[in-house]
Amino acid sequence: MSLDFLLEIGTEEIPHWMIPSALDQLSKLDLFGAKVNVDATPRRLVVWAAGLPERTPDSEQVVKGPPVTSGDKAAEGFAKKQGADVSTLRKAGNYYELVKRVEGRAVCDILAETLPAAILGIQWPKTMFWTGGKNSPRFIRPIRWMVAMLGDQVIPFEIAGVKTGNLTRGHRRMGQPTISVTPHNFEAELRKNGVILSSNERREKIAADITALGAKPDAELLETLTFITELPSAIRGDFNPDYLALPAEVLTEVMRYHQKYFAVESAPGKLAPHFVAVLNTSGDPDGLVKQGNERVLRARFNDARFFWDVDQAHPLGDRVEDLAKVTFQAKLGSYKEKTDRTVALVKELGGDAHAQRAALLAKCDLTTEMVKEFTDLQGVIGGLYARAQGEHEEVAKAIYEHYQPLSMDDTIPSTRTGQIVALADKLDTLRGCFNVGLIPSGSKDPFALRRAAQGVVKILVEAKFDLKLDALTSGALYDFMLERIQHYFREVRGYKYDEVNAVLKAGVTTLADVEARLAAVARVRPTPNFEPLAASFKRINNILKQANFSGGTVDAKLLEAGPEQDLYAAYRALAEDAPLEQVANLRPQVDQYFDDIMVNAPDEKVRFNRLSMLSDMLRKFSTIADFSEIVTSGEQK
Amino acid sequence: MDTFQETIFKLKHYWSDRGAIIQEPYDVEVGAGTMCPETFLRVLGPKPYRVAYVQPSRRPADGRYGENPNRLYKHQQLQVILKPTPDDIIDQYLGSLEAIGIDLSKHDLKLEEDNWESPTLGAWGIGWQVMLDGMEVTQFTYFQQCGGIDLELVPAEITYGLERLVAFLQGVESVYDIEWAKGVKYSEVRLADEVQFSVYNFETANVDRLWRLLGEYEAEAKDLLAKYADAENKQRFPVLATYDNVLKCSHLFNLLDARGAISVTERVGVIKRVRDLAVGTAKIWNDQQTASLDKNQAEVSA
Repeated sequence: MSLDFLLEIGTEEIPHWMIPSALDQLSKLDLFGAKVNVDATPRRLVVWAAGLPERTPDSEQVVKGPPVTSGDKAAEGFAKKQGADVSTLRKAGNYYELVKRVEGRAVCDILAETLPAAILGIQWPKTMFWTGGKNSPRFIRPIRWMVAMLGDQVIPFEIAGVKTGNLTRGHRRMGQPTISVTPHNFEAELRKNGVILSSNERREKIAADITALGAKPDAELLETLTFITELPSAIRGDFNPDYLALPAEVLTEVMRYHQKYFAVESAPGKLAPHFVAVLNTSGDPDGLVKQGNERVLRARFNDARFFWDVDQAHPLGDRVEDLAKVTFQAKLGSYKEKTDRTVALVKELGGDAHAQRAALLAKCDLTTEMVKEFTDLQGVIGGLYARAQGEHEEVAKAIYEHYQPLSMDDTIPSTRTGQIVALADKLDTLRGCFNVGLIPSGSKDPFALRRAAQGVVKILVEAKFDLKLDALTSGALYDFMLERIQHYFREVRGYKYDEVNAVLKAGVTTLADVEARLAAVARVRPTPNFEPLAASFKRINNILKQANFSGGTVDAKLLEAGPEQDLYAAYRALAEDAPLEQVANLRPQVDQYFDDIMVNAPDEKVRFNRLSMLSDMLRKFSTIADFSEIVTSGEQK
Repeated sequence: MDTFQETIFKLKHYWSDRGAIIQEPYDVEVGAGTMCPETFLRVLGPKPYRVAYVQPSRRPADGRYGENPNRLYKHQQLQVILKPTPDDIIDQYLGSLEAIGIDLSKHDLKLEEDNWESPTLGAWGIGWQVMLDGMEVTQFTYFQQCGGIDLELVPAEITYGLERLVAFLQGVESVYDIEWAKGVKYSEVRLADEVQFSVYNFETANVDRLWRLLGEYEAEAKDLLAKYADAENKQRFPVLATYDNVLKCSHLFNLLDARGAISVTERVGVIKRVRDLAVGTAKIWNDQQTASLDKNQAEVSA
């Protein structure tokens, strides 16, 4: 007989962003080979499967006994210990062994034993205890009920005082508080009680509802709302068009991040005086929800307008001294000190008067009411205020964009001024933190230094700064930057890891130069001669290493006619910065050389001369990349 | 439509009916109802406790001279502590909203993740902000740690922001338009406080004297903390008075902060000074509670 399985962990509202990972973990439950299905709402994590066996099959277990040579006494002792008669022992080679029959078990019993640990074993970013002290069970939020069934039978177990049963609960306001279910009717019963269990269905419903109301699509917000609701529906609300005078950045921030509303646009990039809110209920028949949300938004927009007006009374230029009261980092002092350092660095990097002004004002918005309220808008607000307060457009734009890039996908600041300010700001943070030992380790990176370093790399490369890495950083920070450079070229630019290694090993000057060399390597990589040549270069490297060779001068007179002189002539004919395609064309000569020439010649002078030539050739063509780092197809695992 | 005070009466009644002691506001300045001894100290230790009270909460830096319709130097919180947490706590809470006239079948309600942490109190908890039609009406927290001590019985803390909640119920745009009592507006009762304390907190408070006061209250608290270990009769030891001095320090810190008198380098240090006092007080309170339990048990067995 095959049975259907159902597990529902009923909780108080789980943070939306943690649910997908929990489901992923639950989907790995071992349900005796049955296909595992999972889904969730904020109040329930659900696993179900069809076709579980009623019992596990009987099986045999072989227990190894004493050596035959140890005699009957030992055999009897062994049999007794195993609870078997000595006559049931059999000989296997030189040993006794016992075949024990293990009876299958009821799957229900096994699940009752294993499910509690599986449930409590779900990894969450932060857990809590709620029944007793800190040694009591931990979960993401209190577990309030559990349904666990195999067929019609409840799988009995208990977690934190909650016993499993066949009773679920409906939507907090749209359903019954107690509903009897089976694995078969579970989803339908939930639906009758105001819960759409399928997150896909909720997602699609929200997407359809908001589209019908003209909302601007926002995939991240859609995902959030999918896991904040059990029964989603959408309404459209309005606000006074006068608020459109506030910057769109502020309006969007309020709607999206504070209120989880979708914006509505009248034309691309132009906000309309409406919003779309997603409710966790079937609708808004009396219009009270619309009214309430409009009122909240009005208050928020009023706040924003109030902040804007108050902030203008004290322009950014007057706020520089106030930065002395804002902590940057305990060991690194205030934002005033950081600002002074950044301005100096901007000057050093060749920033003009606009760049220096932007660096001076860049952090001043941290003292504004607007940024205290909408912290994610730091920089953006500074830029908007600078423009409103008559700062040069170049300055305003640089302030606006100086936190960019915020991620690997984000763009770098669009102006040279902004790029210099962003670079100096991030470099100062990195240098400061590394100086006082705040160096990221493992997953710990409280000051987001990886992001800052990634930003520096992205700006240096994409804005083609003529700045050498070793002039900007040193010591541990230099190594940290190298890691970020590798990461950037591999993950963002898609270069192969060995190409990146080869180029970096040949030396790092400016990142624009690194990029140009990488492009050259990637271009020549697919040509037929390249990888075999790289393999030969590796061979040369090994030969030189084995010989402990430290360099010498080639004596052309000692070179043999034929392959040796041919190769010498061929590589000498190429310029040091010859295109890699031409270097790759040396392959026939190199192959011929290794076919015919014995480097370790018996004559010491000849041997020395050959090593000198190989070393000279290797050095000559290793300025672009160290080809011995290239993994050739023969080596790939 | 209920007035401000009628809504408060109803909430107090509601929680009184569910076994809570109705306390009156604490008479030392606090930044939040959580800081009152009725919460900060009572959540510690193994004794069950249920309490509800309105707490005027002073946040000097939030003052806006009465000019911002939603921001106040002093706002009122209705604070509920249920220790241990009943299993149906959320339903009980939703019942309290119904009790003040919110028909939940006609509104949108969401519980959105919002964990709470107070570095000055060495306290943190897990919880939500309760969103009603897009407005945060309540902060709900399961305390996990307080005064650096892991809690033995996890309490639920429910904090209603009364001005915001009543503005919603009365449908007014500014807290100053809330009808406090029949025919009396919030502004008539509280606007003068907002203006005058903003002036004091931001402009006229004597910084040197505030620093001295902070030092005095700190010294008093420290002295008491140091004396506890040697106190012969722990039960009589004034832990509660010690805590009042800690609260004074915390408020003076907030005042100095609003006044712009705390430099970056000082700030971290002053927060640590206050936290050390709070953590120290929590520790001796906990010890005093355990001592009294032991004593009771000793009496029972004798």
